[in-house]
Amino acid sequence: MFRALIRAAVMALGLSTSMVSAEEPFIVVQSTTSTQNSGLLEYILPWFEAESGIDVRVVAVGTGQAIRNAINGDADVLLVHAKPAEEQFVADGWGVERKDLMYNDFILVGPKSDPAGIRGGADILAALSAIAAAEVPFASRGDDSGTHKAELGHWSAAGLDPTDASGAWYRETGSGMGATLNVASGMDAYTLTDRATWLSFGNKGNLEVLVEGDPRLFNQYGVILVNPEKHVHVRAASGQRFVEWLTGPDGQEAIASFRLEGQQVFFPNAQ
Amino acid sequence: MRDLLGDMVSCLKVEDLQIRSKGKALLDVRSLVLDGPGPTLILGPNGAGKSLLLRCLHGLISPDRGQVIQDGKLLGAEQKARQAMVFQQPVLLRRSVASNLDFVLKRQGLGRPARRARIAELLTEGGLDGKARQPARSLSGGEAQRLAILRALALEPETLFLDEPTSALDPGATQVIERMVLRASSRGVRIVMVTHDIGQARRLASDVVMMQGGHVVEHGAAKQVLDAPESDASHRYLAGGLVT
Amino acid sequence: MQGFASEFSAAVALIFEGDSELWAIVLLSLKVSVFAVLISALIGMPVGAALAVARFPGRRMLIVLMNALMGFPPVVVGLLVYLMLSRSGPLGVLELLYTPTAMIIAQVVLVTPIVAALTRQVVEMLAEEYSEQLRSLGVSRLASVPVLLWDARLALVTALLAGFGRAIAEVGAVIIVGGNINHVTRVMTTTIALETSKGNLALALALGAILIGIAIAVNAMVSAVSLRAEQEGLRHA
Repeated sequence: MFRALIRAAVMALGLSTSMVSAEEPFIVVQSTTSTQNSGLLEYILPWFEAESGIDVRVVAVGTGQAIRNAINGDADVLLVHAKPAEEQFVADGWGVERKDLMYNDFILVGPKSDPAGIRGGADILAALSAIAAAEVPFASRGDDSGTHKAELGHWSAAGLDPTDASGAWYRETGSGMGATLNVASGMDAYTLTDRATWLSFGNKGNLEVLVEGDPRLFNQYGVILVNPEKHVHVRAASGQRFVEWLTGPDGQEAIASFRLEGQQVFFPNAQ
Repeated sequence: MRDLLGDMVSCLKVEDLQIRSKGKALLDVRSLVLDGPGPTLILGPNGAGKSLLLRCLHGLISPDRGQVIQDGKLLGAEQKARQAMVFQQPVLLRRSVASNLDFVLKRQGLGRPARRARIAELLTEGGLDGKARQPARSLSGGEAQRLAILRALALEPETLFLDEPTSALDPGATQVIERMVLRASSRGVRIVMVTHDIGQARRLASDVVMMQGGHVVEHGAAKQVLDAPESDASHRYLAGGLVT
Repeated sequence: MQGFASEFSAAVALIFEGDSELWAIVLLSLKVSVFAVLISALIGMPVGAALAVARFPGRRMLIVLMNALMGFPPVVVGLLVYLMLSRSGPLGVLELLYTPTAMIIAQVVLVTPIVAALTRQVVEMLAEEYSEQLRSLGVSRLASVPVLLWDARLALVTALLAGFGRAIAEVGAVIIVGGNINHVTRVMTTTIALETSKGNLALALALGAILIGIAIAVNAMVSAVSLRAEQEGLRHA
């Protein structure tokens, strides 16, 4: 039996090395769930891969975790949406340079019944205040992601601290955008989401867009090459090439041409 | 040293053997010499210490005091290798009948052709021809015990211990096994067998060890012990009385 | 629910139309988990058997620890393996993070205690039965390990299947150390997690159905093979 086991193991080893042996150049990009779940990266990456021959491996996590993974040296490029945290990342020397890449916007979604009566508003602070006053369920990411950081910023701008109501009407899911939308859909809660994830989300159920268009809901994405002086193994040349492509005319055009339900959801704005 | 000549003959000796548990002696045998020509049968009621004595003789249990001497030497690995044992419940490997024998033969370093020939020989000896490829665990009780005896014989032991090998078998199966035991004995294998079947002792024994309460109460020629026991305990046991 | 049912059957149909990307994911899941289980067997079975027959101080404690490790949360295993394999971790230079190998390592950590603990249990029971007989035949404790493992082979196949079940169904660890990278480390469970987060619940459920189907198929295959091996082994003995 042992001989058979070993033979099988060797066979499996052969298989697994053949899995890895497709050794083409690649880079690891730590990104956010919104760029992956919306299908944007899947849409634009084939262009870059065809042109450069570089395979882009995307690890999609929350912005906070993406930044921590990059600090650990487990990324070549960071593509996230939390400008202050990104600038801190570069200031601490972990990134070479932060570049604006594109933007979309956040929207406030909630149940059709709209118990807080915020439908049609364009003032995110007023809407959040109404939700807090009505003490109706609000699902928060609660995961230190870009969206979570943005949401917390709006609460504090409205002079509110919803974490006092944590576990009551304020529900922190500690999960990704999609999982949080599933929670909101399941319990008829309000939640803040980026428009791209919302449009591509398949389980909207009873939810619909209630508040949009507030300039404060602007959602800027940035791209950063991880500093090879901090982590010598960073594939700097390939990573730099990807950053340049994204922020150059070809990449920007590719981003602009991405459509969800006929709508453009990411607006390139690299300098 | 004291009995140099006697030690030259294949012989099993026990000196001042004791096994204790919770301050009680489970086995306490001052002296026992097994050097007769034919099978030795150990008789006695449950709890007399028969199986315990057998396990001490085979080295499966080390006594708290005293020693077992085989052919003038303390029982050690070399002596144990010349012994074999058959248990009350045959313990067969979860393999075919032939593999159970092959397992033992392989350990003796026999080559493949020699093993194959020996297996065929043994199967014939045990009346198991044609069952070589059958899973050992699918044998009947009698067949399983025969296989266990064959496996013990495959070791070519000088001494074969049997612990009530027929206690769970019907008279027909018992008879087949008794014949195998007698054949082994006639080939010069020393047989030491535990039983509580007085009839079996009459059929097989050349000498009988009578035990009670952890002690050997009588040891002598079968005829003498079975027909004219000296001790009171033997008398009562043989008469079918309750002995405690 | 009517809508969901039709959506679900549409998803199943899509899957069985032979989507090559999907089947690549299924294949990767199988490769990773099968390989992980084989390594776990090579480590766990001898360790479990040794624990069953050996007697040494601390043995009881080791067994308790091993049994406890059977319930080790996958996310914690994922985190530990991440910390080991991360570039700033002690094994970072091996560049294994976000590769199938990393997922295999995580699954080995998860599965080995299961294989070892179940082996220990099975072998200990068998050893109890065999102990006197094997000693009578002059087989030492150490030499009895392969004998016991071989004679416990049918029960051990079940132990391996239990390990395989844990490996193939696990998501928490492999998503952390594999990164769920498309075409590289995306397996059945991480795909299900991704589709769920996209709100494609019907597709996620259909993928789950495939996963169950695979588990059933693997179980059936292994039991058929082991039965056949059993019969053949006896015929050639």
